[in-house]
Amino acid sequence: MGEDGGKRGGSPGAGKWYELFSRGARDWLRHDEKVREAVRANLPEIIAGGDVINDAARTVRVPVRMLEHYHFRLRRPEEQQGAGQGKAKPGDVFADPARDKGPGEKGAGGTEDGGVQLLLEFKVDDIVDWLWEEMQLPNLKARQGPSDESDWVREGWDRRGARSRLDRRRSFKELVKRRGAPGATPTFTDEDLRFRQLARRRQPAVHAVVFFMLDVSGSMSDRDRKLAKTFFFWVVQGLRREYRSLETVFVAHTTEAWEFNEPDFFQVSGSGGTVASAGLLKVREIMDARYNPGRSNIYLFYASDGDNAVSDAAEARAALAAITAETCYTGYVEVSSGVSRQLDTETGRLFAELNAAGCAAGSYALNDFDDVWGAVKHFFTAHNQEPAGA
Amino acid sequence: MSGEWQSYVRRIEELAARSGLRFHPVDFEAVPDSFMMEIAVYGLPVRMPHWSFGVRYIYQLIQRHMGHSRLFEVVFPGNPGHAYLAESNGLAENILVTAHVLGHADFSRNNLLFRRCQEQVSERIVEHAAQHARQISQAIETHGAQRVEAALDAALALEQHIDVDQALRRPPYPEYADEPRALVDDAFRRRFAALEPASAAAGAEARKRAPVPPHPERDLLWFVAHYAPEMESWERDIFLAVREESFYFYPVFATQIMNEGWASYWHARLLREADFVPQQAYVDAIKCHSDVVRPIAAEAQVALNINPYHLGFAMWEKIVASQGLEAARRIMEQDDDFGFVRNHLTRELADELGLFRYSARSDGQVKVLEHDLAGLREAILAPKYNFGAPVVSASRVRNDGTLELTHDSTVDGRGLDLERSRKVLDYLHRIWRRPIVLTTVNQAGSGLEVTAP
Repeated sequence: MGEDGGKRGGSPGAGKWYELFSRGARDWLRHDEKVREAVRANLPEIIAGGDVINDAARTVRVPVRMLEHYHFRLRRPEEQQGAGQGKAKPGDVFADPARDKGPGEKGAGGTEDGGVQLLLEFKVDDIVDWLWEEMQLPNLKARQGPSDESDWVREGWDRRGARSRLDRRRSFKELVKRRGAPGATPTFTDEDLRFRQLARRRQPAVHAVVFFMLDVSGSMSDRDRKLAKTFFFWVVQGLRREYRSLETVFVAHTTEAWEFNEPDFFQVSGSGGTVASAGLLKVREIMDARYNPGRSNIYLFYASDGDNAVSDAAEARAALAAITAETCYTGYVEVSSGVSRQLDTETGRLFAELNAAGCAAGSYALNDFDDVWGAVKHFFTAHNQEPAGA
Repeated sequence: MSGEWQSYVRRIEELAARSGLRFHPVDFEAVPDSFMMEIAVYGLPVRMPHWSFGVRYIYQLIQRHMGHSRLFEVVFPGNPGHAYLAESNGLAENILVTAHVLGHADFSRNNLLFRRCQEQVSERIVEHAAQHARQISQAIETHGAQRVEAALDAALALEQHIDVDQALRRPPYPEYADEPRALVDDAFRRRFAALEPASAAAGAEARKRAPVPPHPERDLLWFVAHYAPEMESWERDIFLAVREESFYFYPVFATQIMNEGWASYWHARLLREADFVPQQAYVDAIKCHSDVVRPIAAEAQVALNINPYHLGFAMWEKIVASQGLEAARRIMEQDDDFGFVRNHLTRELADELGLFRYSARSDGQVKVLEHDLAGLREAILAPKYNFGAPVVSASRVRNDGTLELTHDSTVDGRGLDLERSRKVLDYLHRIWRRPIVLTTVNQAGSGLEVTAP
């Protein structure tokens, strides 16, 4: 060999493209894009993830497996034979030391399926966008009537104003006009300046209040509360999309009722029986004190296991009727992680009556995290078929 | 690239040539670690884009971060060969790697499987692959990323399904079935024909169209490219590009133990004989060598896979010691891993190296099996049968264009993984555009059909 020993190391300076561009990263991005598409196709599963909601960052973390590019493979046998090396005698039995280790070395055409999981972060807003597309919801109608809320709108021009509101185009027009007159000097004077003016205008109500009422009686388990929380989270997301300002009120009740702030709300656990009317009256009280039903869109979502005290039926019915008269929509989710009773409970029946009476109300049985998607879908579609203001 | 190392390259090459290695010139290039990793992931320095490489890339990154793998060199056969060395290599590592690369260059120039492949694919696979990558980015521009990806999903899913015994550029099947051989014209025939004119005419019946395929076809990439009922020509090109790369990968895959062993044998030997290498560099290089050919990870007692560097290295040492270098070179030229392991892995060597056969249950319990040399050899080779893929062949195309695929479960011993098979059929269906039926067997061994759509 060795006739041609001169040229070594390629041509310097010519091809260093690989320092600027990583094909691996490009194909990695494409993989992630595909994962996102796949996740998007499985929205119910993300929504079901009870632990993944990270409200502060407004992102949802979803653990996903790496995608596999499929090849024909033989079925995994019961017992796999192989060849190994080391200090081992026939008949020795031991546990596979390399289990859970990374895949093998490079190899042509080799696909590895290690159990690597990625944690992808999704923006809550993106997911809500997808949800909306998925459900094809028409937007909610704003409630009739003026509200306190007002906004500044542009209105007219004036010779005085803040510098930032100077309308240069208008000012220049004034200059041109003046220059047309005989004997004028072609420079700006204060006379020419025009400033945009703002005026306060009343806006139709785009304000909403959501009451979340949670049954925290002894019969509600941690898991029940978590189910309710997941559901409430997505309700807020859905409504927040529709209203510029959304207030939330959290009420928990056993035989009594209390208002809480959000972080405490889901931690609360009480003991004792369930008296729904106590909670409903509390809601009513707050509603009357703080919100004018003519100006706000009010929603109530109630989560309970449905075991309302029988003696409370009449009072609860009355309180609920009074509330639904003022709310845009009232929803009831029955969380019962143990057994599915399909709304055949005291509270379930109350809402069934309401619904039969033509009120904007609905109920849904939430037994598992997988049902959360169904619940969100149920409430948001139902609620549009019977527009607010019934 | 360090100038110091450069000065050794020439001397190592001369030493290698004196020791009887015959190789094409090799272009060495030092590249960043990140690029080394990409070469390992793609198998070629420039290759078509596909998301599945992204998956391998992530695995590689993880491995690298865990410190499991370090790449010193990647070499591509050809004339001239290309060798990429990691920039982070020290002088000692580079000296070792240079010798190692020359071992590979000798192997790929002389081994028959490599020679055949290079005759078919050409000696410039690196440039060819780059050309394919360019061609595919053009296709993406004209036809859109999604359609190209669909074609690549299908083609790369079948990348192992080629028939290396066929030529890279195969002619299409004969259009007509073989005609019956012309009958010998002798006295008997003439008298026979005179007896009954009708029977003589029957022989000259119209020619019969040959069925497609005329025999079960294992070269699925080729078959789909040429006989898919509604395939775009650019999709065909993608299938043929993937097939060409598979032809290149096959010898690398099928001679891994021999090839890595040969290169390791020669880097160790050249290093021993290279009196011009400074003492310290020699010691460092030998340390590096022993890491590479180490049978089991330092902390472990046993390994459930065999390091091909180690096995190949040990086998070549034994062969050279017992049969001489000439015999070793002959074996290197003529064998692939199947012949190599079956003919030259002896009982004594297997015992010496502590090789064993095991059976692992799905719960992770491993049982070491009785010594059995033939069984051990097959256990080593089993992952390499048929390019590492189940034997699936195209058996028929029905009149409505339905493709029938058949899995040969008698050869493979068990049926296919149904979930994966279904996914592969989904990929393929988007290109074949007619129904596809795959026959395999279930757990109980009775026939089973997987279909798409």
